[in-house]
Amino acid sequence: MIDKRVKNAKEAIQGIQSGMTVMLGGFGLCGIPENCINEMAASNLTDLTCISNNAGVDDFGLGLLLQKHQIKKMIASYVGENAEFERQMLSGELDVELTPQGTLAEKCRAAQAGIPAFYTPTGYGTEVAEGKEVKDFNGKPHILEHAYEADFSIVKAWKGDYSGNLIFKGTARNFNLPMAGAAKITIAEVEELVQPGELDPNEIHIPGIMVQRIFQGENYEKRIERVTTRKKES
Amino acid sequence: MLTKEQIAQRISKEVKDRYYVNLGIGIPTLVANYIPENLSVEFQSENGILGMGPFPYEGEEDADLINAGKQTITSLPGASFFDSAFSFGMIRSQKVDLTILGAMEVSENGDIASWKIPGKMVKGMGGAMDLVASAQNIIVAMMHTNKAGESKVLKNCTLPLTGVKCVKKIVSDLAVMEVTDKGLKLLERAPGVSVEDIVKATEARLIVEGEIPEMQF
Repeated sequence: MIDKRVKNAKEAIQGIQSGMTVMLGGFGLCGIPENCINEMAASNLTDLTCISNNAGVDDFGLGLLLQKHQIKKMIASYVGENAEFERQMLSGELDVELTPQGTLAEKCRAAQAGIPAFYTPTGYGTEVAEGKEVKDFNGKPHILEHAYEADFSIVKAWKGDYSGNLIFKGTARNFNLPMAGAAKITIAEVEELVQPGELDPNEIHIPGIMVQRIFQGENYEKRIERVTTRKKES
Repeated sequence: MLTKEQIAQRISKEVKDRYYVNLGIGIPTLVANYIPENLSVEFQSENGILGMGPFPYEGEEDADLINAGKQTITSLPGASFFDSAFSFGMIRSQKVDLTILGAMEVSENGDIASWKIPGKMVKGMGGAMDLVASAQNIIVAMMHTNKAGESKVLKNCTLPLTGVKCVKKIVSDLAVMEVTDKGLKLLERAPGVSVEDIVKATEARLIVEGEIPEMQF
C-alpha cells in the first residue's frame, strides 16, 4: 500500500502556482471539491486557468475565485448561473473557452487515458469547430479535439482510502471520474477516508494509481442549486 | 395557443414504449408528467443518471442526486449512475432514442440555435451541442414567436448555431411541424389556431398540404 495521505486542503494544494492550469470536478455545485476551492480562494493565487463544467454561483464554488479575480481563463460548458461570471466575460476581463459538455468530458478522459486527440461529431458546423481539422468518417464530418494538459486536477469523492482508491455517490461522479488522473498531480478530497481494506475492491470507481494526494475534507456544505420537491399525496 | 404544459403534453405522444429519453431544461422537463403508465420509458440526464424519477418529497432532497437542470431528483428501481464522459458516450453512440430540447431559433432545414446571443447573453451550450450532433430523433419544444412577436421558426438562424440539419420536429404553442427533405411541413395546428395564423407567425417557408388537423390530446 502506498500512503497518499496529506493533512488537509492547505497541504493538498501545495505546489499550485499562479498561472497554472487546474481541473476541478463537479457538475453545478454537485460534487465540487469545496475544501480545496475554499483554500484556493483564501490564497494569493492568480492568473489561473480553470477547467470545470460550470463556474459555481456568485458566492460559492468557483464563484469565490471569480470574485477575487483569481481566474484568468475559464474552460466550461455552461456558466448560466453566475452573474459575476457573465459580467467579467462580456466585459472582456475573463477569457472564456466554452466547450460542449461531452467534448469537455472526453478531453479530460483522453488526458486520463493517454490519448492525445480524438475526432468527434459534436460542434461541426458551429463556431466551436472554427480552426479545427475536419475529417469524414462513415460519411459524417467530425472535428479534431485535443486532450487537456493540466498541472493539477482536484476531485471530490464520497469515500476513499489511504492509497487513493475512490468511490463516488449518486450524480456526484460526473466530471470527478474523468478528471482523476487527467493532470500531472491529482488531489482527491473525500467525505470519508478509511484504511486500506475497508473498501471492497469490486466497488472502487477510481483506482489509487490515479491519485497522488488524498485527505478527508471537513464542514461540507453541499449546497443545492435548485431545491425542487413535490408534495406528499394525502 | 397552447400553454407550456400543453406543448409538453403533445410532445409526450412522440414517446414510444421502451424508449430511452433525454429531456432538456424548461418545457421538455414537463414531458415526463404526461407519459402514460403503460409505457416502459427511462429518462436519461446527461450529468449521469438513467432511470431518473420524480422530484423528491420535501425534506428528502439529496445534494448528490440532481438532474442536468441542477434540480433535486430521485432514482427509480433499476436506475444507474455514471460519469460525464460515459454519459456522452451513450449519447454519441446513439443509445438514447429521443432527445427533447428547447431553442431560441430553428431553421426550416433543421438547424438550431440555443446557446448564445452575441454581446448580450452567453450561458454556454452545456450538453445541447453533443446531443444534437448525435441524436437520431430530436424534437424542439418552444414558443413560436419571441416576446416581441417575431418568428423563431426561420429560413435561416441568425444566432450562433448549436447544430446543423438535426431537428426532426418542432412543437410550438401554435403548431407541430416536421423537417423533411423538401422543407418544413405543417402537420398539426393548435386548437382554435388557423393555418393562416401559423403561416403569418412563421418566417420560414411552410409546406401546407391538404387539410391540417387540430392537435389531439
